[in-house]
Amino acid sequence: MTDAGFVIAAYAVIVGGLALYTVTLWRRLRAVQRHDDEGR
Amino acid sequence: MKTRILGFVAVGGVAAMLAVALFLAPADLNQGDAQRIMYPHVASAWLGYLSFGVTALAGILWLWRRDLRFDAVAVAGAEIGVIFTAFAIWGGMMWGRPVWGVFWQWEDPRLTTTALLLALYVGYLLFRRLTDDPERRATRAAIVGIVAAVDIPIVHFSVEWWRGLHQTATIGSPDRVLNPAAPMVFVGTLLGMLGAFTLAWAYLMIRRYQLARAELAHEETVRRQRIQAARAPHPAPTSTEVAR
Repeated sequence: MTDAGFVIAAYAVIVGGLALYTVTLWRRLRAVQRHDDEGR
Repeated sequence: MKTRILGFVAVGGVAAMLAVALFLAPADLNQGDAQRIMYPHVASAWLGYLSFGVTALAGILWLWRRDLRFDAVAVAGAEIGVIFTAFAIWGGMMWGRPVWGVFWQWEDPRLTTTALLLALYVGYLLFRRLTDDPERRATRAAIVGIVAAVDIPIVHFSVEWWRGLHQTATIGSPDRVLNPAAPMVFVGTLLGMLGAFTLAWAYLMIRRYQLARAELAHEETVRRQRIQAARAPHPAPTSTEVAR
C-alpha cells in the first residue's frame, strides 16, 4: 500500500468513527428519552 | 440549543482542519504524506489523556461529594477516552507501517502502555455493568477509574523514561513550545487539529453526560415501578384457583 493509502485508511477510520459514534450517541439519547416519555 | 451550536462549530472546525491537514500543509521531507496522519493521531492521544483524567477527577469528586452527576461525568470521560485512544492507536499503526516498517511493536513502552490504558478503560466500562445499584456502581467505578489513571503519566513519560521505537515529545515541555522539534507549519496544523478535535470532544462529552443522566433517571423510574408493583395488594384467588 502507498503512503496515500495509509493516510486515507487512517483518516477514514478516525473521521468515520467520530461521525458514527456521534450518530450512535444521539440515537441512544433519543431512545432513552422516548422510552421515558412512553413510560409517563 | 447551545450544545447544538457547539456541534455545528465542531463539524465545521474538523472539516476545515481536514482540508488543511490533507491538502494545504506540505508533505514532510523525510516521511512524505504519511506525516499527515500525525495530526489526528496526536490530537486523539491527547484527548484520550484528557478524557481519562476527567474520569479520575470525577471519581474523586463522587467519593467526596456523593453526587451522581460526577459519576455521569466519569462514565462520559471513560467511554469517549476509549474512542479517542482507539483512534490514536489506529492512526499510529497506519503511520508506523510506512515510516517504521511495522504496524506495531510490543517491545516499545509507549505502544504497550497505551494498549494497556485502552484495556484498563474498556475494563472500567465492563466493570460498571456488574451492578445495577447506582451508588455502589459509582463507588466501585471511581476506584477503578482513579487506579487506572496511574497509567496516564506512565504512557506520557514512557518515551523519556525508556528507550523504544516511539520518538520523544515534539512540544511536550515548556521550552519545546517556543522551540518545537518540527517546523511551525506542522505544529500550527497540529494545534489547529487539536482545537477542532477538542470542540468535537466537548460536544460528545456533553451528549454522553446527558445520556448517562437520562439512563440514571430511567433506571430510577423502573426501580420505582417495580417497588410499587411489589407493594400492590395481590388480587384474591379465583374460585377455580381455590378448588385446585
